[in-house]
Amino acid sequence: MAILRSIRRALSPLALPLAVALFAAPATAQEPIRIGSFLAVTGPASFLGDPEAKTLEMVVEQLNAQGGVLGRRLQLVHYDSAGDAEKARTFAKRLIEQDRVDVIVGGSTTGETMAVVPLAEQAGLPFVSLAGAVVIVEPVKKWVFKTPHTDRMACDKIFVDMKARGATRAALISGSGGFDKSMRAECLKVAPNHGVQIVADETYGAADTDMTPQLTKIRASNAQAVLNAGFGQGPAIVTRNFRQVGLTLPLYQSHGVASKEYIRLAGEAAEGVRLPAAALLVADLLDAGDAQKPVVTGYRDAYQKRYGSEVSTFGGHAYDGLMLYVHAVKAAGGTDKARVRDALEATRGYVGTGGIVNMSASDHMGLDLSAFRMLEIRNGTWSLVR
Amino acid sequence: MGSDWLQFVAGGLTAGAIYALVALGYSIVYNASHAINFAQGEFVMVGGMAAVALVAAGLPLLLAVPLAVLAAGVVGVLVEKLALEPAQRSGRADVVTLIIITIGVALFLRGLAQVVWGKGIHALPAFSGSEPLALLGATIVPQSLWVLAGTTLAVLGLGWFFGRTLTGKAMRATAHNPLAARLMGIDTRAVMRLSFALAAMLGALGGVLTAPITFTTYDVGVMLGLKGFAAAMLGGLGSFAGAVAGGLLLGLVESLGAGFVSSAYKDAIAFVVILVVLFFLPGGLVGARRSERV
Repeated sequence: MAILRSIRRALSPLALPLAVALFAAPATAQEPIRIGSFLAVTGPASFLGDPEAKTLEMVVEQLNAQGGVLGRRLQLVHYDSAGDAEKARTFAKRLIEQDRVDVIVGGSTTGETMAVVPLAEQAGLPFVSLAGAVVIVEPVKKWVFKTPHTDRMACDKIFVDMKARGATRAALISGSGGFDKSMRAECLKVAPNHGVQIVADETYGAADTDMTPQLTKIRASNAQAVLNAGFGQGPAIVTRNFRQVGLTLPLYQSHGVASKEYIRLAGEAAEGVRLPAAALLVADLLDAGDAQKPVVTGYRDAYQKRYGSEVSTFGGHAYDGLMLYVHAVKAAGGTDKARVRDALEATRGYVGTGGIVNMSASDHMGLDLSAFRMLEIRNGTWSLVR
Repeated sequence: MGSDWLQFVAGGLTAGAIYALVALGYSIVYNASHAINFAQGEFVMVGGMAAVALVAAGLPLLLAVPLAVLAAGVVGVLVEKLALEPAQRSGRADVVTLIIITIGVALFLRGLAQVVWGKGIHALPAFSGSEPLALLGATIVPQSLWVLAGTTLAVLGLGWFFGRTLTGKAMRATAHNPLAARLMGIDTRAVMRLSFALAAMLGALGGVLTAPITFTTYDVGVMLGLKGFAAAMLGGLGSFAGAVAGGLLLGLVESLGAGFVSSAYKDAIAFVVILVVLFFLPGGLVGARRSERV
């Protein structure tokens, strides 16, 4: 105790100036707007979290260079959750209780997001998720919003296109991963709404290397079009095997393979394959009058200049998440959480990389089918289906 | 329906040929050390990824393929020399210790591949075009023929090596009785090293042959290693004929199971068949007659 006391005595002359420095600084300069984030920068979902984190960093820099928002600087507080829901929860707690952030923009995967939803709801903190599944915004949660398209929208978009081409009997082939399963379930659910009948429903394992048996069965069915809900290398193998077994039906892939890598892996077999994707992927192909064109080319050029790698739609989700919040802060005239939340919910006509966002009390995503563009692979690259 | 049947068989044989190559690798190492080398799947990965890297560096396929297989052989020798030999030399390492070391080696190789080659998925160009060939109503890609031919040649080559050459006979002698082999002047250390080199090259051959069809990633070895191990057990560990039979059977069961029963239970069907076979023939299809004295 004696030691403690002597330390305290030694420090006491410092205590007053220190306290003044701590409390006075924020009073003179404007307190920064604290943007909290947890993303899967490493781990199996790093292909999502890595571009998202880079995007947040870049956009915060850009905004600060332009003088911040409402005259206040932005400060990014970021943690790497490695795609682990348990870690995401811990970090979200820290963001709320210690870092006292004004908003959370993050959550690369649905698992992480859902683990954090109760915390955000309890704390009354706006939370913009960057994960895909419908469950995040359905049923609507007061404080939770999301930017990416849902798999249900992808199913809708594909079935609409199928019908337009005269196909009413579809075969479904999907992988065993989380994304694949969720999309398969959504497609099965919405198919009747479009008058499309699912006549075959095949699955394959995550590490499977030969899908010819499943496709041979589909060949024997009376399907008029085939839909592959999948992610990673599976869809590329399906595409190759599809041509190998001599199928000539229209083949649809999901937005999960919307990357150049898919075309590279599937090679010539990918010719004629259609898939729904965000406008960001085909920035150059958009009409000059397209509302999204300036946003997507601006973001893409900035990202490629800063990091020297190709943009992905996932980074775009982070861009949209942060910009939606910034717009809401401007509309609310400050960072008061309840007012920002109301402003987020009232977002109308925000043009982002993912589409044009019109939120409402019953829709915390605000995207409709026009957010997806139907692409066809022609001559080894994307082309827009008009 | 007739052509469907053929299609399943063609797919099953292609997959089975690769399982057979992996299973042969298990058997060779098992014979030399009585240990299971769980890094066998990683040798497949090293072969495929090295070939992709060499092709990307501008080498023609004709040169890249043998180089990749040789590179895997070198990796095999290094694994034996740096990871297993020190443990064995200490004299306290039993078989279980060696097996655990190979699991560590597998994790290390997988991690190293992520750092060196990245986490992306890569494809090797097909050896002779990708225009499917029609065969009695079934269609196969030309690469499947390469896989089957490559496996057949490897098996014949192994048969000649173990049956006709002095080195091969020395390896068989070591497998049969290490102590007696050493007393006869056989360098059992060299046999062990050679076993790893052979096992790695066989695995790598599988990896290179399938990379155009199934693609390759840093973690492609996990599932192939498991399936190859299952094939080796099915055929009878340590038996070369068994490894080939086990591999082909596993591939066929998987493919026919997916085609005629349900694709959702494809892996389950294969593993149930293995369990049933091992229940009635604990030594595997071919290894049943051998008994070990305890």
